[in-house]
Amino acid sequence: MLTIKNLHANVQGKPILQGIDLQINPGEVHAIMGPNGSGKSTLANVLAGRDAYEVTQGEVTFLGKDLLELEPEVRAQEGIFLAFQYPVEIPGVNNTYFLKAALNSIRKYRGLDELDAMEFLKLVREKMNVLHIDQSLLNRPVNEGFSGGEKKRNEIFQMAVLDPKLAILDETDSGLDIDALQTVAEGVNALRNPDRGIIVVTHYQRLLNYIVPDFVHVLSNGRIVKSGTKELALELEAHGYGWIDSLEPATV
Amino acid sequence: MSTATDTIEEFANKEYKYGFVSDIDADTFAAGLSEDVVRRISAIKGEPEFLLEWRLKAYRHWLTMTEPTWPHVKYPPIDYQNTIYYSAPKPKKVLNSLDEVDPDLLATFEKLGISLAEQKRLSNVAVDAVFDSVSVATTFKAKLYDLGIIFCSFSEAVREHPELIKQYLGSIVPYSDNYFATLNSAVFSDGSFCYIPKGVRCPMELSTYFRINAANTGQFERTLIIADEGSYVSYLEGCTAPMRDENQLHAAVVELIALPGATIKYSTVQNWYPGDKNGVGGIYNFVTKRGKCAKDAKISWTQVETGSAITWKYPSVILQGDNSIGEFYSVALTNNKQQADTGTKMIHLGKNTRSTIVSKGISAGNGQNTYRGLVKINSGADNARNYSQCDSLLLGDRCGAHTFPYIEVKNTTSQVEHEASTSKIGEDQIFYCKQRGLSAEDAVSMIVNGFCKEVFRELPMEFAVEAQKLLGVSLEGSVG
Repeated sequence: MLTIKNLHANVQGKPILQGIDLQINPGEVHAIMGPNGSGKSTLANVLAGRDAYEVTQGEVTFLGKDLLELEPEVRAQEGIFLAFQYPVEIPGVNNTYFLKAALNSIRKYRGLDELDAMEFLKLVREKMNVLHIDQSLLNRPVNEGFSGGEKKRNEIFQMAVLDPKLAILDETDSGLDIDALQTVAEGVNALRNPDRGIIVVTHYQRLLNYIVPDFVHVLSNGRIVKSGTKELALELEAHGYGWIDSLEPATV
Repeated sequence: MSTATDTIEEFANKEYKYGFVSDIDADTFAAGLSEDVVRRISAIKGEPEFLLEWRLKAYRHWLTMTEPTWPHVKYPPIDYQNTIYYSAPKPKKVLNSLDEVDPDLLATFEKLGISLAEQKRLSNVAVDAVFDSVSVATTFKAKLYDLGIIFCSFSEAVREHPELIKQYLGSIVPYSDNYFATLNSAVFSDGSFCYIPKGVRCPMELSTYFRINAANTGQFERTLIIADEGSYVSYLEGCTAPMRDENQLHAAVVELIALPGATIKYSTVQNWYPGDKNGVGGIYNFVTKRGKCAKDAKISWTQVETGSAITWKYPSVILQGDNSIGEFYSVALTNNKQQADTGTKMIHLGKNTRSTIVSKGISAGNGQNTYRGLVKINSGADNARNYSQCDSLLLGDRCGAHTFPYIEVKNTTSQVEHEASTSKIGEDQIFYCKQRGLSAEDAVSMIVNGFCKEVFRELPMEFAVEAQKLLGVSLEGSVG
């Protein structure tokens, strides 16, 4: 569903991604690991279409469309969801209202009828039960005053409601204690299905104990230097990121 | 790819939706101000002697005054001799029903989305429409009359209820109050008058739509609302004006009198022509609004100010009676070259008086937004309480937000709280919304509306919708 070919991108004129190649098929969970500054979050943000990230070379195809040509909101409407590393607070905007507006905007784009308040509420209740989300979270302003764990859970909850085709989780484990980590991971696992691709961007292997990936890619200096299955993550855990410096860049 | 900055840029460049001039004959004075002009205005209106005398006192006093320079706004000197002080639409005969109203005028209201006919039929709102300077239609009057409520044009009140005018006119805002209020006192042409008798709860929102029409005409309306003991009234004021090149001076005065146990809720949505994006044209809105609370009375001001080139207004409450309550909820938006210096004064005189101030300033483009507020606790105001909250939201990096809170406390048993914040719509907030599938313009609209929520919820329902739309309209066509 997603094909990345020789992707190069700059941040503030500085090359960060230097030739990424990646193929993701429906139903697959790919973990992208790497040390700080290797380009993991840049990749997530480039796929979502963030302004500050300038693509200098390469192509990205999503469900047959040239992804890089699309505005960020159109990418979202096409089915790409980014769970933010640092979810943004929007004071005064009710969480439920925000999510309803988002869902209906996506539905409208796809030529579906917009959900009315009752239908939306029914959907929200359904998803809340799956993810064990507290009702009070819904009535608060978007992320305002949320704890770190609540923010991340809210991201996963939004993902559940928006039902994306491709979900990108950007360091969803960062700042979470082990209990919160498990809760979030359970949520993600509940959303795994044969039609959905998931990219898990993480620094640590521990998240992958709970969200078990089909593939693991190690990123270093803006390139994927090693790809493998879930065992690669364990290997990496055992040797540390210093180990990958001794590896040659993966050949295409 | 559009950026947050583009969005803000486009937001700031939105077209004024209500710019048009309706072609109606106006009986208009030549420009200029003199004692003779004051006398002619009074004569046309057939005013009693006391009122002419009051106007003349104001005019003579005005000659000794100078325009204030303390507001945080800039504008070229106003030529008061090049301003027209009276303009009335023809025909001037008294109208008994909407059918008699000039069809052009009705069409104007249609364009504004304020069809009187529609309102009369469908809604529960009585409208006293001021078109330029003379009230042309008043609805629901009979229904209100049954309850003893007087809701009419100021001129009519002068004719029908001179004793009330004589007793209360200038009792809150004296003719010598300030430069613009004094000018208004000399030359005011018309306005609205409302009296709610003892113990009566006005069953509908009373609403006035003001509209400045004839070119180069200053509009000097005057509103006087008297809520007698234990009564309640909610009053709505909404405004739009056609597009103009010359700046138009607008100096209104509003006086509210809340007698013991009475409540007055006064809501304004102001959407006058703000000038073009280079700051050419637009209304100068220099307004004096003040109310006085007797014992156990309450006055609540809610305003949404999105128009005018310059806004200068401080709806205030004098909390004279014990246990009285004053409230001020404000949203002020400045775009392009708009400037606003607005806020409130809460004067605590009585014991156990309480006041609340919530001010939300939004600045976009090169807009300059100033909150200026005074909280004054006099020595007799035991256990007085005030809570003030001033929040500023900036869109883009060329606008400004300024806060000047003045606090004077002369009673140690009082409590005064002031909170202030300044934030900026971040690119990260807009990106977050876009990543969830929302367009940038929906994102900005949502964030701005969220910011204003505490004020919008104070507005009557139909106004709240209008206010949100007004901010929404600002975003129309802003992306893509």
